[in-house]
Amino acid sequence: MATFKRPHSLTDITLHYCPGCNHGIVHRLVAETIDELGIEGTTVGVAPVGCAVFAYNYFECDMQEAAHGRAPAVATGIKRVNPDNVVFTYQGDGDLAAIGTAETVHAAARGENITVIFINNAIYGMTGGQMAPTTLPGQVTQTSPYGRDVQTQGYPLKICEMLSTLDGVALAERCAVNNIKNITETKKAIKKAFQNQIDKKGFSIIEVLSTCPTNWGLSPVEALKWLEENMIPYYPLGVYKDKDGDK
Amino acid sequence: MEEKVLMKGNEALARAAIEAGCRFFFGYPITPQTEVAAYMAKQMPKIGGTFLQAESEVAAINMVYGAAGAGARVLTSSSSPGVSLKSEGISYIAGSDLPCVICNIVRGGPGLGGIQPAQSDYFQATKGGGHGDYHMIVLAPCSVQEMVNLVKEAFDLADYYRMPVMIMGDGMLGQMMEPVSFGSYKSSKELAEKTWATTGTKLERKRNIINSLYITPEELEKLVVERYKKYDTIIESEARSEEYMCEDADIIIAAYGTIARVSKTAIKRARDKGLKVGLIRPITLWPFDKKPFEKYSEKVKSFLTVEMSMGQMIEDVKLAVSGKAPVEFYGRTGGMIPTPEEILEKLENMMGGER
Amino acid sequence: MSKAYFNEEVCKGCGLCETVCPKKIVAINKEKLNKKGFNPAGVTDIDKCIGCAFCAMICPDCAIEVKE
Repeated sequence: MATFKRPHSLTDITLHYCPGCNHGIVHRLVAETIDELGIEGTTVGVAPVGCAVFAYNYFECDMQEAAHGRAPAVATGIKRVNPDNVVFTYQGDGDLAAIGTAETVHAAARGENITVIFINNAIYGMTGGQMAPTTLPGQVTQTSPYGRDVQTQGYPLKICEMLSTLDGVALAERCAVNNIKNITETKKAIKKAFQNQIDKKGFSIIEVLSTCPTNWGLSPVEALKWLEENMIPYYPLGVYKDKDGDK
Repeated sequence: MEEKVLMKGNEALARAAIEAGCRFFFGYPITPQTEVAAYMAKQMPKIGGTFLQAESEVAAINMVYGAAGAGARVLTSSSSPGVSLKSEGISYIAGSDLPCVICNIVRGGPGLGGIQPAQSDYFQATKGGGHGDYHMIVLAPCSVQEMVNLVKEAFDLADYYRMPVMIMGDGMLGQMMEPVSFGSYKSSKELAEKTWATTGTKLERKRNIINSLYITPEELEKLVVERYKKYDTIIESEARSEEYMCEDADIIIAAYGTIARVSKTAIKRARDKGLKVGLIRPITLWPFDKKPFEKYSEKVKSFLTVEMSMGQMIEDVKLAVSGKAPVEFYGRTGGMIPTPEEILEKLENMMGGER
Repeated sequence: MSKAYFNEEVCKGCGLCETVCPKKIVAINKEKLNKKGFNPAGVTDIDKCIGCAFCAMICPDCAIEVKE
């Protein structure tokens, strides 16, 4: 007899995200995880610039807003001061894979004991749909109006694959929330990533492929389909590094 | 007499920070201040503190942001180009009312510039290197001893006013060794508990948020205006400078940091030649201490600003003097250091060779 | 038996819930507009609802509760 309601660590403030934006789903999965692990009182979240910059309105735990790209550094500062706090960052692809690449790679290489939630929607959402490092070849955006031309605009970054080569990484997993099976997988991955931190295993990152209906120019439901047919083939779901598992 | 030890400026400032209770340092190598990081790397582990060499100054200042937001006393230090990289972070720190101490051991610029001492970051430090309306308290020591005292005081000022405080030294101050004692500092400020810090609600309080984003302009303006009231009280109560032989002076030199000491030598020589010269030495670069300039601007024939730059503090001197007396300039830049002889020659020219 | 309850004022009419209901009893109500100007989703035949919470799991806005 399933019962279902808003997790305690998610505030009741109306989310500003566009209809169908997957941010809302992932916010709830993170909040459910915080509730289930009973860590709301010790958790500190860091949300940098991007659509999720207002995340400090949505999580009941202490929050810090970070400059664009710098969340892993801010999180490092917080974690080093109070190692018993559970520190997570919640970053978009423009933030983590473009301006914040160095902070991401080095926090991972340091094995910083933090949890990174990485939303990959292949576009810059907040600023109105520009090309991101994760924009697919041929994908049309405000700044790749003729479709991303790899000759001049290069290839997308595959973050999980990249970070899986670093010894400091305890867990690097890519998920999606486009259907119930994937949502369940994502919840498990997020919970494992937070548990890793509690168990002091080092850097854990969960990359969640997400839709951006508004800037993809699709309806929320069409966007789920586009994600399945285009993003998942380019960014295969799965575990890319897991210190506990066989990977 | 307190026990004195011969110490390099960079290391003395690091030790002073530790003695002020700083347990977190995030840095990045850059000449001429890298010894600060090396000292912290050696000492912090011994006292359960944290030394972390970041991947860049940008990362370092954001680690400072996080640590300060978590309620810790935190230090970072760099030199000119590194401080430029940190300016966005400094604006965020000021915009989120976070206390921290930032050292700039200034070197010749612009661009990669050089590694010799300079004072050409005055504008960056006092007029805002980052974006938006904000200020840092900027302290300019002229000796290793004063740097030690000001570093300790900087942490109190930062916590008391909840803002970034900069120690502005120069390559000379960082690299030279002087006898210094550490015992004397006693805090003068009543410091409140950091109930605003993100340490985890423990489910006992409402969540704390460290943030500088206010999307509604009315709200952002209110906050900035509020912050400027705080700045006004700081201007009123914290502006500080040293006067030296100004009472009967025909010319008063305005100079800060190590160049104030060079100027004192020039003043002694000038006095030997019958030239009545004095010195006003700003100790806080922001807030700039106008009082002594207002006091003497109707008595002196002229002011002479001496800087290791093309002239930056001179603008604040002129503002303080507000036209009541001429303000001349003598400076070297690029890492060149004015000598007492050069300053004396300038003084003699200013006096028109008249005795 | 638990049932799904839709908060029509929170719903943004995105339609994701419609794509996952195993009983095909969730749909956007085109005739209705909530205060934000969205057509809210809802359960078309509450008796068939088995309280599986799939709709609630994919809802980006926590607009759906499942309870007795």
